[in-house]
Amino acid sequence: MRRIDVLTFLREVLRPLGQIIIFVLISSATLSLVVLLLSLILRGTPVNAMTLEKYGTDLVSYTLVNLPQVLIDGVTIGFVYATIALGYTMVYGVLEFINFAHSEIFAIGAFIGVEILIVLDGAGILKSASLGMAYVWLVLAILAGMVVAGTAAVIMERLAYRPLRGAPRLVPLISAIGVSFFLQDAIRLIESLTTGQFHRIIPTFGNFDARFSLAQMNILGNSVDLSIQSKSVIVILAAILMVVGLNYLVNATKLGKAIRSVAQDRPTASLMGINVNLIISMTFLIGGALGGAAGVLYALKFTRIDPFVGFFPGLKAFTAAVLGGIGNITGALLGGIVLGMLETFAGSYLSVFTMGAAGAEYKDILAFAILIGVLIFRPSGLLGEQVGQKA
Amino acid sequence: MLLKLSLWLSKMLAAARQWLKQSKNASIFILVYLGVGFLWTYLSPRALVAFLFFISSALWLYYLPLSGRFKLIVGISMMLVLIPITGVRNISYLDVIFQISVFAALASGLNIVVGFAGLLDLGYVAFYAVGAYTWAIFGSQQMYLLHSIPGTSPPTPDFFLPADAFYLFVFLAIIVAAITGILLGLPVLRLRGDYLAIVTLGFGEVIRVLANNLDKPINLTNGPQGITPIQRPTLPEPVLNVFRAIMNPIVGHNISQKEFYDLFFYLAALSVIVVVILVVRRLDDSNIGRAWIAIREDETAAIAMGIPLVRMKLAAFATGASFAGAMGVLFAASRTFVSPESFSFMQSIGVLSMVILGGLGSIPGAIVGAAVVIILNLQVLQELSLYLNQLRQSDAVIPIINFAWKNLSSQLDPAKYQRLLFGIILILMMIYRPAGLIPAERRKRELKREENDAVNDPEADTGEELGNGAA
Repeated sequence: MRRIDVLTFLREVLRPLGQIIIFVLISSATLSLVVLLLSLILRGTPVNAMTLEKYGTDLVSYTLVNLPQVLIDGVTIGFVYATIALGYTMVYGVLEFINFAHSEIFAIGAFIGVEILIVLDGAGILKSASLGMAYVWLVLAILAGMVVAGTAAVIMERLAYRPLRGAPRLVPLISAIGVSFFLQDAIRLIESLTTGQFHRIIPTFGNFDARFSLAQMNILGNSVDLSIQSKSVIVILAAILMVVGLNYLVNATKLGKAIRSVAQDRPTASLMGINVNLIISMTFLIGGALGGAAGVLYALKFTRIDPFVGFFPGLKAFTAAVLGGIGNITGALLGGIVLGMLETFAGSYLSVFTMGAAGAEYKDILAFAILIGVLIFRPSGLLGEQVGQKA
Repeated sequence: MLLKLSLWLSKMLAAARQWLKQSKNASIFILVYLGVGFLWTYLSPRALVAFLFFISSALWLYYLPLSGRFKLIVGISMMLVLIPITGVRNISYLDVIFQISVFAALASGLNIVVGFAGLLDLGYVAFYAVGAYTWAIFGSQQMYLLHSIPGTSPPTPDFFLPADAFYLFVFLAIIVAAITGILLGLPVLRLRGDYLAIVTLGFGEVIRVLANNLDKPINLTNGPQGITPIQRPTLPEPVLNVFRAIMNPIVGHNISQKEFYDLFFYLAALSVIVVVILVVRRLDDSNIGRAWIAIREDETAAIAMGIPLVRMKLAAFATGASFAGAMGVLFAASRTFVSPESFSFMQSIGVLSMVILGGLGSIPGAIVGAAVVIILNLQVLQELSLYLNQLRQSDAVIPIINFAWKNLSSQLDPAKYQRLLFGIILILMMIYRPAGLIPAERRKRELKREENDAVNDPEADTGEELGNGAA
């Protein structure tokens, strides 16, 4: 009996790890190939001359030299999207409803984490902390963000969504938009009443801004210093931990089984003795906690947050969830990684390839273009199953 | 004592209701009410209560049992004579009235898309932006600046087109916005409702990002700085003079050109609303209107009944978009300035909350919703801000917790918390009154039938009962 448990444990841990590695490898390989091909095609055009004039190298070597760093950044942002997307996908899987306010849950997590760190910094604890303690405080901030964001999500569900269960589809969606707007201004109100300003900056401590040198590479005669910020490593590791943990929770525990059965058929699940309302609350708790953690990680990576910080990451994470197949946990992971990569590639190369006509500003448009494209040609996403319309 | 008083009050109310049921009494009442409201606003132009009292007479007019012709005459004279006079007498009300009329027109347009066809459009402001930029680009000097960086001053003081091309562009913008609506609709209208909502949201953001960034290969939109000055249609001098001759003695000061323009745009927005009302009235009982309602209620059943789904949805999208386009031209001309800031997601949600507050599919609802939200936004919240500021400057303290108002953060400025307002409106309306303040006629009939059904058929919707009953 114990042996089987170990086996399930290994399977449920190793499978998502393998999926992560495969997804990262495939999407990096494909995108790198596309960029390299483009640079080869555009070699004979004025684009090449312009790159030569601006950066001192020709187009192909410019592309190649920047490629490793773009890949690393893409994976980092991809994991942030994936963690947020998990929250959307869990709720959608169970309730078939787009939790529009998830982006504000993310913002709540970010604010709680950052405020705790600011208080600690004000008390002088962070400055004097050793490296190990710095990590302990960071983990503490992330955990606090998870707890508060999860609780906020449960309260939100109880107050704004549960009364609307069974109403037509658009009704809870509109209520969710209302919750989202309400929370944005509520955060702003609280922040500006207590601190007098509503954007916060995470204090610098520990070695999170330091860059590791991974390797010294020699690409076409240019020596490239391949490095990664330690906070990016933290983001990636934390995200992997959460994905694996969630996968285990959903696929190998009793709670996970209950969640899956409620997602499949609510009335039947309740006939089987499952407390549907409790399970839905649990889903919001888990999704909210993941969103909160993603918020703190986002604040760590991008340092500055404001009450509207959740809007764009939230929309993109939703796009990621749809891209991967909404309601599907692996799909959210895949969608997040692919979208993060695509966006970073667009941000780095678009302006070079179009000779400055269209710059990094258009990466937001790209996300929506992908969303529309996916919904038209494969509405169930990359990994989703084809589902008929419920009458 | 209190009981006696409340009893007496309810008796009086019942008597008043009885008295108002006769149309002759009702017409006397509305005339007196309107007259008192008007006089009060006229004599004390700064009082908010007076203004609210005056504006609320429109609601009385709507609800009282009067003949259609009487309502029409009183309504028209209120819209065309009384409101302009109060507006010119106090400029801040003119702005409120103008905003109400603009947003009422936008809300009525969105109402066609969301209320009738049931397509939740979260990027409605995009069509408004399309209309505004259509006139902004051609009605300013932007055409001379296509190849220069933003911020360059134009080579000539002349405008690209004569100012009166404005009227042409109102119609052009209708067409352009409708085409944009169809172009957006074609790929996405096959999507299910909630996906459609997110895609339209994305589209709204795309338009805003484009407006923000299309200053680079060709300087089309002047980027985040926006385009200014934009022309207004010319005013024939004789009309202005006649208007002044009549109005100056009434309002007690010389009417400036700006005030006259504000009135002009108020009337223009009003005429758009009238067109919306006419269109919707004709559509409501036509094939298209019924098809929209069928789609809203049940898409699958509608297809089975032979309704051309995509074409009908496109028609709804294009109709809604075209009204927003026309309003966009009005907006660009009235403000003489457009920038991407004016077309944020917030604006879309603002218009949506007006529609939902008023009632989905209800035209008077959309207008009332717009009026309530704008008055809350521009008047009540701002008055509250002023009041708080006064308290801050005084020595008053909150009694029990002994908190001095002086110490209150100056960041607490209710006028800036519109999102809070919109959010609360959306949540509360969805939970407690999903049909809105003034439910649509058809919706009312449906609600009545549902109640009857529920009595006759207690086992309706068993599946959901089970799902909820498990707690």
